[in-house]
Amino acid sequence: MTSCEYQQIDPRALSVSPLSAQSLPENKAQRPRRKWEVFPGKNRFFCNGRIMLSRQSGVLPLTLGLIVITCGLFFAFDCPFLVEHLTVFIPVIGGVLFVFVILALLRTSFTDPGILPRATPDEAADIEKQIDSSGSSSYRPPPRTKEILINQQVVKLKYCFTCKMFRPPRTSHCSLCDNCVERFDHHCPWVGNCVGKRNYRFFYSFIISLSFLTSFIFGCVITHLTLRCHAGKSLIQAIQEIELVICFFSVWSILGLSGFHTYLVASNLTTNEDIKGSWSSKRGAEDSGNPYTYNSIIKNCCATLCGPMPPSLIDRRGFVPPDEAAAAACASEIELPPFTAKNDSNMCTQSTKDVLERMLHSDFHVVCPASSLKTSPLGLEVSGSMGPARSPGVCPCRGHPESVDSLCTACGRSRKDSLHSINPAFRLASPSPSLPRANLAVSDTQEEGFIPLP
Amino acid sequence: MAETHSLQDMRQQATISSKVFIQRDYTRGTMCQFQTKLPAELEARIDKQQFEETVRTLNNLYAEAEKLGSQSFIEGCLACLTAYTVFLCMETHYEKVLKKIAKFIEEQNDKIYAPRGLLLTDPIKRGLRVIEVTIYEDPSLTR
Repeated sequence: MTSCEYQQIDPRALSVSPLSAQSLPENKAQRPRRKWEVFPGKNRFFCNGRIMLSRQSGVLPLTLGLIVITCGLFFAFDCPFLVEHLTVFIPVIGGVLFVFVILALLRTSFTDPGILPRATPDEAADIEKQIDSSGSSSYRPPPRTKEILINQQVVKLKYCFTCKMFRPPRTSHCSLCDNCVERFDHHCPWVGNCVGKRNYRFFYSFIISLSFLTSFIFGCVITHLTLRCHAGKSLIQAIQEIELVICFFSVWSILGLSGFHTYLVASNLTTNEDIKGSWSSKRGAEDSGNPYTYNSIIKNCCATLCGPMPPSLIDRRGFVPPDEAAAAACASEIELPPFTAKNDSNMCTQSTKDVLERMLHSDFHVVCPASSLKTSPLGLEVSGSMGPARSPGVCPCRGHPESVDSLCTACGRSRKDSLHSINPAFRLASPSPSLPRANLAVSDTQEEGFIPLP
Repeated sequence: MAETHSLQDMRQQATISSKVFIQRDYTRGTMCQFQTKLPAELEARIDKQQFEETVRTLNNLYAEAEKLGSQSFIEGCLACLTAYTVFLCMETHYEKVLKKIAKFIEEQNDKIYAPRGLLLTDPIKRGLRVIEVTIYEDPSLTR
């Protein structure tokens, strides 16, 4: 099923040259695009979607630079001396720690922290319908919360206006990355990424191993200076002192951070929750405690660090179904209703049929802020529901991408036949702004000649 | 007569009537569980027991994926020791279960939901937020 990709341009229409020559921008996208290319959040992707980073990568180069330079100086100046005077294991241990730190850092930076993909328009409309019972027409209702019970404790879920969904518990929206992240801990500028459910263990490994590394280097440098104290001031000694200063400050801050995060891991808390005091006892409620804790330090640690690795939900390397990409382009360039007036009735019937056919095929997104479009073979039924006063309802046709796609090319003709009975009144009655655009989009597939809309 | 339609037949002739979203159930925490209550829109189409059975099986599969068992513990420790490079070549337990879930949903669609003019979408395609149930109009009713 997944091997059959729906093509925006109908192969039959390509032979009709004057029409294909007038193909619109969205139809030129022959190359299927990967989802990372159309990702709405503020992220950067490399290696064709395999690696991702926050757009605000912060001071990641500085972090890398500091680690590499300090270790470089250590290997260059301390190791020869210490190998001579102490043991050969010193550079070995240093090397292992260094590799571990760098790998953990890169893993933290380049992994999807647990980004939640934004709600599809259908889902958003469904949620809006459930909430907006008062029937108000304002697009941005006041902030919404939903209360749920988790382990007999009341937890408030907030509605995210950007992602158009109720955030799951422990999820927070990172304003720097413009994404909702599951089990959001914090956005770390040193690492250049959010720290969330999927990369918390890498982050923790990074800071723990970095603590060991900095303490190790600090210890080695002190030993070196102590053993060399009789030699007097020299260049090497100056370099040692630089290393010492860097390590000294790093050790305290990194050790402090590691200690803090160890506490968080042991109590199954996130930095976000700890800072906000979500579960602290001074909130007043007697039964307010962390509902996620297993009440055992070992179990909490295992759950956070050794739990199953959840998959990335954003499917970076998947392909965007071509209709979705075209419809997204459609939605962003909404044409005005005057286009409908220019159509003659012949065009109307033909284009109506084709629009509906397109909707039936697969993922044809029609963004309808004010009105909704219900696909139905009965034109009367549809035209009756097209009043602008209608509250946002279900947007049509977001069918299962692969399976529906696989059928369209095979049975496109039969669907066209079944739509002959559509009442042309449907088209004229529709105030949907995206419909004229849809007409333009389907102009390629016209079998009979007709005047393309300008 | 709709019962004899295969999945492909159904989609050839049917139009999408509406979509229903089964939301997540957070009563047991952040584990991936879905609500088993049959929505009102589906009451006419499918048996309550059948539907609950499907959702319950899905919930069990997700619970299995997220279980804190010895397997996940060993996997976690091994990954930590290899500086997480092992994930580059090995498929995680979660991913294996997700494949099982995908197969289960396809099977359910083929056997139970398609003949009734319904289609379940794998929740992973919706970011594990909802189970999207697409309701197709029964072509026999629209004449």
